[in-house]
Amino acid sequence: MQISRADSVRIGLLSVVLIGLSMGPYWADRGTMRLLIEAFYFLALAQLWNLLAGYSGLISVGQQAFVGLGGYLLFTLTMFAGLPVLLALPLAGILTGILAWPTALVAFRLSGPYFAIGTWVIAEVYRLSFAQISSLGGGSGISLPTDIVRSMADGRSARESLTYWIALAIMLAVILGIWALMRSRVGLGLGAIRDNEEAATSIGVRTTRLKFSVFVGVAAMTGMIGALIFLQKLRITPEAAFSVNDWSVLVIFIVVIGGIGSLEGPILGCILFFVLREFLADLGSWYMIILGVISVGIMLLEPRGLWGMLNRKRSLTLFPIARRSPKLKSLNQDTP
Amino acid sequence: MSALLETKGLTKSFGALRAVDDVSLTLAAGDTLGIIGPNGAGKSSLFNLIAGVMPADAGQVLWQGRDITTLSAAERCREGVGRTYQIPKPFDGLTVYENLLVAAEFGGGGGDGAEAKLLCCNILDQMELSHLADAAAGGLRLLERKRLEMARALATRPKVLLLDEIAGGLTDLECGSLIAAIRDIKAQGVAIIWIEHVVHALFAVVDRLAVINFGAKIAEGPPKATFESAEVQSIYLGIEA
Repeated sequence: MQISRADSVRIGLLSVVLIGLSMGPYWADRGTMRLLIEAFYFLALAQLWNLLAGYSGLISVGQQAFVGLGGYLLFTLTMFAGLPVLLALPLAGILTGILAWPTALVAFRLSGPYFAIGTWVIAEVYRLSFAQISSLGGGSGISLPTDIVRSMADGRSARESLTYWIALAIMLAVILGIWALMRSRVGLGLGAIRDNEEAATSIGVRTTRLKFSVFVGVAAMTGMIGALIFLQKLRITPEAAFSVNDWSVLVIFIVVIGGIGSLEGPILGCILFFVLREFLADLGSWYMIILGVISVGIMLLEPRGLWGMLNRKRSLTLFPIARRSPKLKSLNQDTP
Repeated sequence: MSALLETKGLTKSFGALRAVDDVSLTLAAGDTLGIIGPNGAGKSSLFNLIAGVMPADAGQVLWQGRDITTLSAAERCREGVGRTYQIPKPFDGLTVYENLLVAAEFGGGGGDGAEAKLLCCNILDQMELSHLADAAAGGLRLLERKRLEMARALATRPKVLLLDEIAGGLTDLECGSLIAAIRDIKAQGVAIIWIEHVVHALFAVVDRLAVINFGAKIAEGPPKATFESAEVQSIYLGIEA
């Protein structure tokens, strides 16, 4: 296989970033590491929401249901089932996926804006339900017992490094997983659904089945990220776990300003979001107002977000997905 | 032997309007049937019922003798019902080649890999779209969009192709090359039902003509004779007999 110049630039760039990030615990201080962990899980959540909304046409504002479920499942599995943290983390994701199944059966009866509102309402139901469970601290929440925290690693900095690498690994798995998915046959079907759902059914794509699978798969990964989030926070409350603001509004902001329907968009959006947050964090409620104005502004200027502005000709790409026609390639080789 | 495609008493209402009224049609393998009728007569609605995009209120769609009335559009496509839309619905974010590839990989029994890719290349050639293979479908002009619409339907390996006003809005020259392409498809043994206002285009291809007015089939038979019958002339063209 031939590697083009664009490919080598791409691979070089990605490797430098990856090596730099994976060495994080050796060069970053604690505050920076916390910030990076947060950026990793927000980027992962954004990529997953983009897969739902940008590619499958499923505008959910209820992904906090699965973040919260994953978080609470991690606490339940470690505290009551006595499972080691590193096993509880993926298991929380799998169980969230299983619970997403009946959730999807309800939500998929609704379409368009009703689906969006429906997912939000379902997330509220989860929040109110978990507030009733007294063994998990009810409405005031619960902290992860210190012996479980200590069981992760020897000492605080070792534990923080471990959390960092888990967060980095999950983010990479999400991005590369979605990239691989988009390059597969399923991804081609999702692209068709994104562009025109009715036409997609007319060429044999079983749209409902495909969307259902995406919803459940995204929920499972979202649950695992939720488990990670509250493993880092060490404390969980229904308000924090099922926060529509943190796990839906901010995530949607990242995807929309960055560029919906592309893999590059959420990365740009995530960088911009964290830069803005660092500068605006002291402004209190003005922070959210400014974020809102920026997102409306970008949507008016370019519906495909920052990535769309940078890439008007759609010629740049960090994660190539398009399939080239075989015949054209052989033609190009014939002509010097 | 049962027909390839048969509709029996197909009916669909939108409120008080009977868009499709008790329509029965029969199509054998390799048959070509033209459908004409005034705007709003329910021709496209009939296609939507046959393709499974919307459910019928009454009546049946039979596929090789089997009742497929309750099958989804995707399942019908996998059986061999290919269709084009009156207003082309390309997948704008995909390339022209990918538009065909997704159809080849999901429609008409599916199939991954080399066979699907080869099929797509051949259809691109046949529909004179090869030079645009790697262009974004969103940037195509009308004739190219119509060709893509047909190419994509062909990539699903249809046994019957439903063409919805594929010649509308084209110049005479463009129309001529489109007719040649459709005759090619016919020669390959694909059955065709073609809704069209451009009557001379229809006559160049179809073996049989059906006329629809207010949702109901009012005539069917050899193209010229059916079109020239007094009843069709008065209803379709508004000429008093």
